[in-house]
Amino acid sequence: MKNAAQNAFSATSSVLRTIGMTFMHSFRKRDTILYPEEKPYLPPRYRGRIVLTRDPDGAERCVACNLCSVACPVDCISVVKTEDETGRWYPETFRINFSRCIYCGYCEDACPTYAIQLTPDFEMGEFDRQNMVYEKSDLLISGVGKRPGYNFYRVAGMSVGGKDKGQAENEAEPVDIKTLLP
Amino acid sequence: MATITIDGKEFDVDDTENLLAVALSKGFDLPYFCWHPELHSVGACRQCAVKSYRNDEDDKGMLVMACMTPCSDGGRFEIDDEEAAEMRRQVIEWLMTNHPHDCPVCEEGGECHLQDMTLMAGHTQRRYRGPKRTHKNQDLGPFINHEMNRCIACYRCVRYYRDYADGDDLRALGSHNNVYFGRESDGAFDNEFSGNLVEVCPTGVFTDKTLGAHYNRKWDMQNAPGICNHCSLGCNTSPGSRQGVLKRIQNRYHGEINHYFLCDRGRFGAGFVNRDDRPRQPLVRNADGVLEPREMDVMRDTMEEVFAQANGVVGVGSPRASLEDNFALRHLVGADNFTNGMAPADSAASVAARDAIAANADRLATLREVESCDAVLILGEDVTQTAPRLALSLRQSRRNKHLEHAAANKIPKWHARAVRDIGQYNNSPIFSATTSATRLDDIVMTPQRLRPAAIAELGFAVAHALDNTAPKVEQLDADTQALVDAIAETLKGAKKPLIVAGTSLGDPAILKAAANATKALAAANEATRLFVTLAEANSLGMAMMEERDIDHALTAVEDGSADTLVVMQNCLYERAPKARVDAVIKKAKNVVVLDHSMTRTVGEATHVLPSGSFAESDGTLVNNEGRAQRFFQLFIPDAPMQEGWRWAADLAEVAGNKPEWLGMDDLIKTIVADCPQFAGIEDAAPSQSFRKFGMRFPRSPHRFSGRTAMYANVDVRERRPEVDPDSPLAYSMEGYYGEQQPPSTIAYAWSPGWDSNQAAITRFQDEVGGHLKGGDPGIRLFAAPGAAAEFWAAEVTAVDGWQAVPVYHIFGSESQSARAPAIAERMPKPEYRVNAEAAKALGVTAGDSFELAVNGETHAFPLAIDPSLPDRTIGVPVGMHGVCGLRLPVEVKP
Repeated sequence: MKNAAQNAFSATSSVLRTIGMTFMHSFRKRDTILYPEEKPYLPPRYRGRIVLTRDPDGAERCVACNLCSVACPVDCISVVKTEDETGRWYPETFRINFSRCIYCGYCEDACPTYAIQLTPDFEMGEFDRQNMVYEKSDLLISGVGKRPGYNFYRVAGMSVGGKDKGQAENEAEPVDIKTLLP
Repeated sequence: MATITIDGKEFDVDDTENLLAVALSKGFDLPYFCWHPELHSVGACRQCAVKSYRNDEDDKGMLVMACMTPCSDGGRFEIDDEEAAEMRRQVIEWLMTNHPHDCPVCEEGGECHLQDMTLMAGHTQRRYRGPKRTHKNQDLGPFINHEMNRCIACYRCVRYYRDYADGDDLRALGSHNNVYFGRESDGAFDNEFSGNLVEVCPTGVFTDKTLGAHYNRKWDMQNAPGICNHCSLGCNTSPGSRQGVLKRIQNRYHGEINHYFLCDRGRFGAGFVNRDDRPRQPLVRNADGVLEPREMDVMRDTMEEVFAQANGVVGVGSPRASLEDNFALRHLVGADNFTNGMAPADSAASVAARDAIAANADRLATLREVESCDAVLILGEDVTQTAPRLALSLRQSRRNKHLEHAAANKIPKWHARAVRDIGQYNNSPIFSATTSATRLDDIVMTPQRLRPAAIAELGFAVAHALDNTAPKVEQLDADTQALVDAIAETLKGAKKPLIVAGTSLGDPAILKAAANATKALAAANEATRLFVTLAEANSLGMAMMEERDIDHALTAVEDGSADTLVVMQNCLYERAPKARVDAVIKKAKNVVVLDHSMTRTVGEATHVLPSGSFAESDGTLVNNEGRAQRFFQLFIPDAPMQEGWRWAADLAEVAGNKPEWLGMDDLIKTIVADCPQFAGIEDAAPSQSFRKFGMRFPRSPHRFSGRTAMYANVDVRERRPEVDPDSPLAYSMEGYYGEQQPPSTIAYAWSPGWDSNQAAITRFQDEVGGHLKGGDPGIRLFAAPGAAAEFWAAEVTAVDGWQAVPVYHIFGSESQSARAPAIAERMPKPEYRVNAEAAKALGVTAGDSFELAVNGETHAFPLAIDPSLPDRTIGVPVGMHGVCGLRLPVEVKP
């Protein structure tokens, strides 16, 4: 009998305490915001919509190496390589199927040229799923994104338009194969 | 045999091998660069360092290079040793100092031996910050791209190109730090096997230019086990594709045929598959004489009408189409109305070749075996141009003398430099009698230039000299007799003599002479071998299926016994003179062509059905040693294009002759039941229902990427995976891929840590450079020795006057590869060739335009002086530039 009374008391007080605590929350600072009138702060390294950036000279950074495509766990990136007349590689097609993308950022990690970058934009709702397929023209921006200063072809050994052999960073002049001097 | 210990495990190994080869065979991961299973050891790169211990008490050991260490009995080695591992790491760091930062824009990336070795050796962080050495590149022609910066100076390229393929125009130029691998000036490589540099080079210095033009990483390609269809040798290839575009041809290891190497025609000749001018819709010639596309249902009615109205149908098969395609056509037109599609001379020679092969079934050399033959007689065949890969094998056969010297001096066979140095210029003898100079002449003893009849006579005479029961050749002059005796003497003295002959001169007597010589020689030496080459990928298969040649089909139309021609993947203009073909096509009511390329016959046909090329079909080809090999569909073509045999079955159905077979397996069973000479082809590859651990075999590597995006521009919903109704392979990366797979289904080579084609295949071999686990693919249809054959009579048909002989060229003489853009770029200009005296007799000089009528077909080409040609003999370019249907050799009246 005594036990039953005790149980009834503790159950009731627990419920009252919970009600009280919930009530007290109405005086706390709110975690939710009135989106979309009010936008949340997202850090620059937030993993949202993917963009293709350009190097400081304004040329496409992407060299169509296909590493993002192979790193992608959902296989939602398709890249087709082509070359300009000077031998510079660039993507003929760069397509991301955002309806499959899980925004893991592995593509950005894999990218050897800092071309592909994730941005803090997540507002990509569409009524038609087909509109979630982004082509290169949709992805390419006209800035360097999070990596100012880096230009892959200034470091790489291949000669491309405007940069011949031996003109990259830390490169010696092309070897004169006719000389026998040490 | 020897017992050695590697990393604490005991192995029984071959003591004539080096430690590196043995360690790789036993499954150890040991990095290497300069060593190659075919180029052997030079010990230059210092990458395969291991610890060697003198005995059980030795606890310090010493560092040795595994590739230069013999596997002597009782040896104790550590690969997993700290000091050895550190040395390997340092060596690769040093090799990498000048390597450019360009893997993302390198075609080799993803299948790069250097990438693999860098990871395997544990060099993960660059420390060198100094300036990097750079090099200018060279333009190496349409096949190969040059990016010299990537070189790590392993010397594999020059060792392959100069020491193995006997090329001369790739050199190590410069000195010490400035060493440069290239030609003296820009230009295409002279050697016919230069394409192998792409796979031999462990980095991206030499890459495939035809792949670079529409590049994909290795992991993104859909592959299939293929058989090269540009000559009769049946080299195994691994074509790669993506999104229905053929990207490249890679070598597919076959321990008995091509092993690690292909010829340039095989590697770069597949570009015809991507041509825009290919027929891709059913076409019907309209009232204005223009070919118009038709919808399938309309086409069905049209074809029904064609066969209903036909007053006699004849079928023209093709030696370049598979057995299945040809058999289905044979079913459509009836066995009595089927012809093998070869020109009469080619057909007669192919039938003679078939008989020679059947009679010597137990003496047929495989391509690999050619390399171990220590005396060779080549009769009539310019092998570099007609069966190119054989030339590379013959080049190895001459090195048996080097190995003999090496063995006598206790030099192990893998000690490449020492074997070469002791061998010097002492080569195993190769004799050759051809109509003109060949690319093998540098290794041939006193090359003979004879007319076809004289070549056959020489062969018969050699047979008689070896065995005087063989028929005698009358009236040989003293010089020839002396030569015959010398050849006979040399062949008799050889451990493993080889006779090579072929059908390229269209003279059956040459093949009979070769068969006689083989029989005569075999009486004394059991190890005697015969190697016969034919014209096209399935020439032997067609000679086995049907002896009636294309003349029977043309005659049937001419004499009115048939008015409808059905042509399977063949061009009539390649097989008969133009005027005659024109007349036949004009006379025939309908000419139905099933083909994959825009041939001249397609251009003249009334009805065209787009059949698949090798990339879009499954099929079986019989190579020159009677080996039936299956090739698999690389990708499913867009409808309505389909396999030739499916078209033929559809046509048979509308013609009221519905075939009983349903799919590939069924069709093959029907072939075997109908043509028992093909018994065994059903075992050339596993049946459609075959599974390993319940799984199919993948066509694509496991990291095939972009699957949810590549067609998303068309429809965001992914396509249903394609199902292969004809083979146990899957159109995806799913399934079982590994050592227990039947070798005929291995579509590409990869194993963990080994991405490059030539290194990854090691895990599928019983030992490095040996046979594939589970046996090399293909079934030899002539495995049982034929009936004890009699000698053939020494009968030759000699021509007294002027004679036209065919001149073949590796690039251009084969019609399919000639349509590949890269090959077309390397095709020589057509020219007639005569020697200086003949030119004088004709009253012309080099460069003059010269008009010649052969079989009623006249062509005018510039004249070139070729001093090697016999008198009154005119070399005529065949197979290209419209000079196709000439039947050579033949008497001409210039």
